[in-house]
Amino acid sequence: MVGIKAYGAYVPRKRLNRMAILQNMMWLAPGLISAAQGERSMCNHDEDSMTMAVAAARDCMTGMDRKAVDAVYLASTSMPFVDRQNSGIMAAGINLPEEGVVTADFTSALKCGTTATLAAIDALKGGEKDSVLVTATDARATKTAWFYEMWYGDGAASLLMGKDDVIAEFKGSYSVSCDFVHSYRGAGAQFDYGWEERWIREEGFTKIIPEAIKGLLKKCNITLDDVSKIAYPCYLSSGVHKSLAKRIGADPEKIVGNMAAVLGDTGAAHPLIMFLSALEEANPGDKIIMASFGQGCDALLFEVTEKIKDLPARNGIKGAMANRKEEGSYTKFLKFRDLINVEMGIRSEAPLQTALSALWRNRKEVLGLVGGKCTACGTPQFPRLRMCVNPACQEIDTQEDYEFSDVPVTIKSYTGDMLAVSVEPPAIYGLVQFEGGGRTLVDFTDCELSEVKVGQTAKMSFRRKYFDESRKFPGYFWKAVPQT
Amino acid sequence: MATGIRDKVVILGMGCSRFGERWDMSAEDLMVEAFQECIQDAGIEKNEIEAAWLATAFPSVHVGPSAAPLSIALRLPNIAVTRVENFCASGTEAFRGAVYAVASGAYDICLALGVEKLKDTGYGGLPEFGASAGPKNFFTNPGMTAPGSFAQLASGYGAKYNVPDDEIKRAMAHVSAKSHANGAKNPKAHLRKAVSEEQIMASPIIAHPLGLFDCCGVSDGSAAAIVTTPEIAKKLGKKDLVSVKALQLSLSNGYEAGFNEWVVDHFVTTTKASVKAYEEAGIKNPREELSMIEVHDCFSITELVTMEDLHLSKRGEACKDVMDGFYDADGGVPCQIDGGLKCFGHPIGASGLRMMYEMYLQLHGRAEDRQLEDPRFGLTHNLGGFPFMNVCSIGIVGKYEG
Repeated sequence: MVGIKAYGAYVPRKRLNRMAILQNMMWLAPGLISAAQGERSMCNHDEDSMTMAVAAARDCMTGMDRKAVDAVYLASTSMPFVDRQNSGIMAAGINLPEEGVVTADFTSALKCGTTATLAAIDALKGGEKDSVLVTATDARATKTAWFYEMWYGDGAASLLMGKDDVIAEFKGSYSVSCDFVHSYRGAGAQFDYGWEERWIREEGFTKIIPEAIKGLLKKCNITLDDVSKIAYPCYLSSGVHKSLAKRIGADPEKIVGNMAAVLGDTGAAHPLIMFLSALEEANPGDKIIMASFGQGCDALLFEVTEKIKDLPARNGIKGAMANRKEEGSYTKFLKFRDLINVEMGIRSEAPLQTALSALWRNRKEVLGLVGGKCTACGTPQFPRLRMCVNPACQEIDTQEDYEFSDVPVTIKSYTGDMLAVSVEPPAIYGLVQFEGGGRTLVDFTDCELSEVKVGQTAKMSFRRKYFDESRKFPGYFWKAVPQT
Repeated sequence: MATGIRDKVVILGMGCSRFGERWDMSAEDLMVEAFQECIQDAGIEKNEIEAAWLATAFPSVHVGPSAAPLSIALRLPNIAVTRVENFCASGTEAFRGAVYAVASGAYDICLALGVEKLKDTGYGGLPEFGASAGPKNFFTNPGMTAPGSFAQLASGYGAKYNVPDDEIKRAMAHVSAKSHANGAKNPKAHLRKAVSEEQIMASPIIAHPLGLFDCCGVSDGSAAAIVTTPEIAKKLGKKDLVSVKALQLSLSNGYEAGFNEWVVDHFVTTTKASVKAYEEAGIKNPREELSMIEVHDCFSITELVTMEDLHLSKRGEACKDVMDGFYDADGGVPCQIDGGLKCFGHPIGASGLRMMYEMYLQLHGRAEDRQLEDPRFGLTHNLGGFPFMNVCSIGIVGKYEG
């Protein structure tokens, strides 16, 4: 029985109030008012598609065996690298073994999330793989003063696909693959280029998604009466999204909401995110369709099993959506996406070149937050040096790898620094103590200075620490997120 | 068994440039300014100097690497010249090199000079050290500045001793106000205006809870010392010799930021180095016996905590002692009688030697308006790095007794 064993999701905490966009750009594009309700998720300055992917994957792997994963598929149309395997960075972020694991990137279409899921299912059914982690993520660049900026959101979702203890069994799929170009982004281009929305609706969504779903029902030998929920994305208005129900022939109650009012369309992640929003409320026996859109449509059918009751608790979409902080500054959104030229001062001109040989040698520590635990005295320590940090021990080469990423921390000291280079001053950082031993000085993120206290707990989060603009190289490390 | 270098080396002469934004002077020019005063004070010829030590912490923004810049600027006669750096404790490190060279009997007369010209970076504050900290540190260190890293002491100390934020803020303000009052009397200081505690507490925040006036400035400057044996000094006709009583250095080993005990409330290194320094100098009760101290007041909170690390204030009582005026100019142990880093700014390589310069002037009765009555022992505390990883260099000087 092949299917979904576990799931995870991540949505950035910041939610840009769409009225903030309208208020700033109404002078140029008054028509934006039609899309200006609700809010869209917005990456913090230290987040991107990769950091969100790692967060979703970590959520997914809660209570699951990381060492058993034998393939990692990452799907996105906004990968940080065109050449440097992105799924490999993600795998390092969750400290997967390097031996015996296949990593693959799926890209170039908004349906790549479902395509990656299908590939995982093929690998499991074919017998070559036992445990495949599929993650879809997107944080897309948009120009100001057009609808895409309002319609899109940032987010990621992960599915652990396997054969035993599946919480949702894969029942079948049907794909339509065609070169319908609703929008495109040529190599090297920064922004999508879209065609007329009416045409996209009439010739695209309205024809292709129903065709795929019809094909799915026929292949699985069921009717829509057998299906509880149907999840398909449509970034055009919620009205258009709902109207597709009639074309599909489905009861509107069965259509999973596209979360436009609270999230926005998260691109490659969206079919998975919408599917998960239904899965989290589903009962054993429910059949749910996950469908995508982007040069065709993949439609997949899953049936929820009894095992869903046994799944260890995780954040998922519900938890991700609940972790919310309203953002009212449109210029902050623009700066975080580097769409405006802000003077950051001479201090910000420090060289940012990454020594790749040093990054390779330190990859476990830097990407995986792996330190050491001394086998002689039992002291967990970060970073791991050859000599144990315990003054009473100091043995050489006695440490084993010790994963710190999921260990909660307590804040021992902090400051809010107005001098440090920051796009959201003050820069907050301090000393944190890992539960059970180990400590480190670290940046804090997703918090206000007034909220931070000595003794407060925090969780570690994989973030983009720097971006080398001249070489287009993001550098990743971990930061602490105070828990309020 | 080694017992240290108490009374083995005396200071023959010292010099100190005017500290400030010396736009028209290069680092090389400043070296000559300090050296000229120093050698004239020593009363010797340049070719009697047998070895020299240069302290520079950020040479990449002024003279460049190696000790060659000192040899060239002063046209030294092809003698041994060594460049030393130990973060902000570099100045005392140069002094240490020169003193040990004389104490060992390797040389008779040695020069220590520190210089830093920080005002060619184009921006305020210390040069950004992220990328120069090495690739691994670049990947993993938080984006911190000096004020931000020292500011951590406030939250750590406050939590440990249950001291409310406003009490710490007021004590820090008193520390700075006191230093400014002293510096107003010093013609070589960069900042020479008295400032009130209220002004200090109201100043814009740099790194919470440190405000502008809790932070020393960045300036250009140079200071120098010529050292020799007591015998040679006497032969040269010097009287009232100022003798080196102790020099102790302590370095962090990763315990603070890597082990599970330290709570960001004190400096491990200062706590240990001071004990060794008192022992080397023969000081049994520092609170009674020290006449004056110059400590590393890069930030007011550093000075506050250092009073406890030097075993002058009991743990948790520094705020009380500060507010009682114990460290004011008319207190039990005047601290920063020359105005400190607070008024001079912090041209890094020079600072440790500038601290020594004031102790030397005081012991010779040459401190003018700032003169303390009959000082016996002076302590310099020169700290480099950050609370969680640092270098503490302590020097004690006093009247030669031998």
